[in-house]
Amino acid sequence: MTEKLTALAAAALALFTLTTAQSAEPKHGGILKFYHRETPPSMSIHEEATFSVNAPAMAIFNNLVVYDQHKPQNSMDTIVPELATSWAWSKDNLQLTFKLRSGVKWHDGVPFTAKDVKCTFDLLQGKAQDKFRKNPRKDWYAQVADVTVNGDSEVTFHMKRPQPSILAMLASGYTPIYPCHVSAAQMRTNPIGTGPFKFVEMKQNESIKLVKNPDYWKKGLPYLDGIEYTIIQNRATAVLAFVAGKVDVTFPTEMTAALEKDIKAQDKTAICELAPINVSTNLIVNRENPPFNNLELRKAMALALDRKSFIDIILQGQGDVGGSLLPPPEGVWGLSPAQAKTLIGYGDVNKDREEARAIMTKLGYSAANPLKIKVSTRNLATYRDPAAVLIDQLKTIFIDAELEPVESGAWFAKVARNDYSVGLNLTGNGIDDPDQTFYENYSCGSERNYTHYCNKDLEKLFDQQSQETNVAKRKKLVNEIDEKIQNDIARPILFHARTGTCWKPYVKNMTVMNNSVYNGYRYEDLWLDK
Amino acid sequence: MGSYLVRRFFLMLLTLFGISVLVFAMLRVVPGNIADILFDSAGMIDVKEKAKLEVELGLDKPIIVQYAAWIGGLAHGDLGYSYVSEKPAIQEIAPRIPITAKLAGLALAFSILFGVPLGVVSAVRQNSKLDYALRVISLSGLSMPAFWLGLLILMVFVKYFGTIPIYTNPPHGFWNQLWLFSIPAAAVGFRSSALVMRLTRSSMLEVLRQDYIRTARAKGASEQNVNYHHALRNAVLPVVTVIGIEAAFLMGGLIVTETVFNIPGIARFLVEAIRWRDYPIVQNLVMFIAFVAVFINFLVDLLYAALDPRIKYS
Repeated sequence: MTEKLTALAAAALALFTLTTAQSAEPKHGGILKFYHRETPPSMSIHEEATFSVNAPAMAIFNNLVVYDQHKPQNSMDTIVPELATSWAWSKDNLQLTFKLRSGVKWHDGVPFTAKDVKCTFDLLQGKAQDKFRKNPRKDWYAQVADVTVNGDSEVTFHMKRPQPSILAMLASGYTPIYPCHVSAAQMRTNPIGTGPFKFVEMKQNESIKLVKNPDYWKKGLPYLDGIEYTIIQNRATAVLAFVAGKVDVTFPTEMTAALEKDIKAQDKTAICELAPINVSTNLIVNRENPPFNNLELRKAMALALDRKSFIDIILQGQGDVGGSLLPPPEGVWGLSPAQAKTLIGYGDVNKDREEARAIMTKLGYSAANPLKIKVSTRNLATYRDPAAVLIDQLKTIFIDAELEPVESGAWFAKVARNDYSVGLNLTGNGIDDPDQTFYENYSCGSERNYTHYCNKDLEKLFDQQSQETNVAKRKKLVNEIDEKIQNDIARPILFHARTGTCWKPYVKNMTVMNNSVYNGYRYEDLWLDK
Repeated sequence: MGSYLVRRFFLMLLTLFGISVLVFAMLRVVPGNIADILFDSAGMIDVKEKAKLEVELGLDKPIIVQYAAWIGGLAHGDLGYSYVSEKPAIQEIAPRIPITAKLAGLALAFSILFGVPLGVVSAVRQNSKLDYALRVISLSGLSMPAFWLGLLILMVFVKYFGTIPIYTNPPHGFWNQLWLFSIPAAAVGFRSSALVMRLTRSSMLEVLRQDYIRTARAKGASEQNVNYHHALRNAVLPVVTVIGIEAAFLMGGLIVTETVFNIPGIARFLVEAIRWRDYPIVQNLVMFIAFVAVFINFLVDLLYAALDPRIKYS
């Protein structure tokens, strides 16, 4: 009886605590402390391609539109207005007009106008006098013919052809609006935005500091007085710093399943969430160099893969099997596990390897006469570890591979020179949208199409899906394309990883995006219940 | 003595020149430059844009021209600009030097304060229980990797004190600084003091067997006087040499400690700069560390004469 009463009292207390917490009014004040895994290359989001930049810098800016910061799954349905108050497509779907918010000011007090939007896209398209040092996502706007301003409060995107997904790209954390009156060079070191937090300073190897923008156009926000990122490169130290309470939040998605378990063991109050990060680990084969110009050989390599082993060994089971797009339920467009089962190399591993060995024997290879190759990869653990597993798996089909770790800074230069035969690579997707994935990684001539896969017929389908406004029809087409890409052994996807973020229970309103790591860092309504 | 100083000065210059050529050449031999690394972080290489960036940074010029520009600038106190932060290199390097200097100074103090007296005690009480215990401790100090010891210290602090002695913000005030730097300094100093302790012990054992020590004892000098005045003074020369080497090493070699305790000193910064091929930072930082090493060696040479008047420089 006493036990029952105690349990009832505990349940009542828990319910009370939960209700109080949920209904608690957000509190103003406090500095939110993160650890950051490295010194970002710069603070200019447009010039970089790593969320080491987005995570601290996204809070400085606003987009025209943005993914709802509290809906974990980014999709066309979760796009909300930001600097734009509304948007409308013309009847022919060739013009996208945004009405802009008035009364918004840049952090230096200059008013925001439609000209700033035009300047941003002129910079991105290389039309402006000022230039970016690097412009890694200029292809995102390949279908934008021009951006015109209609007064200070309206801007129109003129498209070369209909592309509904342009909205998805505009909603990404990768697409902030930059001010006309600040140079691209200054944006790298001392960015000016319209966002909830102002940039204070970045000290290499030390810290990044943001302070509340008191004139933020969303009245009453942000709740925090500031955000500080302490750069802690050693992950063991960073985990201990989190457990000891030196930081309130770990760097987004930096926690592996094992580390998350370790944190929960040391700090039972910690809240941790493991989610897909929309980064695929994939096999790249140079189809221009013999003997890899033989499709049969590439097919045998694809048949040798045991994806479950990769996930179990590298990620302690925390990963997903899929095609080029992130699989559901978190992914919006990817192939489901059932669909993936029908692809080459995704079925029964033993049967597939039998078939692969038969191909290899036909090509003249055997256990006594294996094909000797090098598997090149970046000299980073996230690349090396799966490459070691890959080498082990290739042995089962008479391929005797040797690991060639490539100095990190020389990796993409090597791949771009076509100076590799077989490699292992990681591909991050800025948004969960087929346009970005297909055009960037699989279209003929794209800089990031490392294997030089080129299928003109399929490119027509890329364009077709890109222009399709009916979501269900587009998804069907996208799945067909993805299946074709996988069966063409364009760039076999080994797995999609899941990683975690942990935070202290007093950090409120934290939402972890589960189909992108680039879009969820505005932090305007995060608050500290201290 | 005057001519010796002049010769040493020119020798120092020659050494630094050699180091400057070596570091400049080696940096260019390593695959990839800043343009490669910057594009690498974007996951692509745009050959045209990369070439433009190389022109912007002067990397397209002949190596000899680049070297002359750097040395010319250095002679005028212009260290150039960091490729990564786009700030003057001096602004990036200067604030980090005192951080490492404090850490290295404390570590060195730790190693001398513990290493020398315990080495003497160990030698004087050779083969006693205390000697065995000190030898075990010194061997442990030499064999424990710095990263392991550092992490162990952090874990103990988190587990038992609920805090972690790492650098998250610049400490203000003497006591805060002492608290923050003393723990990593002890972690580094433990290894250094073990080295100094072992060297002091063996050197002392050698000296304690000399005739003049027996003579001092026969003349009725106290044991303390014999050990610290007669013996230690003669045994300390090799110890001073090692302390000098340690001091030079500590200025640039604390990468592991700075990483584990998250201290934004010059060693971690140098490694990061090498990763980015941030030539102005790497070149100037290596030159600074080389200068410190050469200068400390020079001081050690001068100290020899002060400690042993028989040594004459001519």
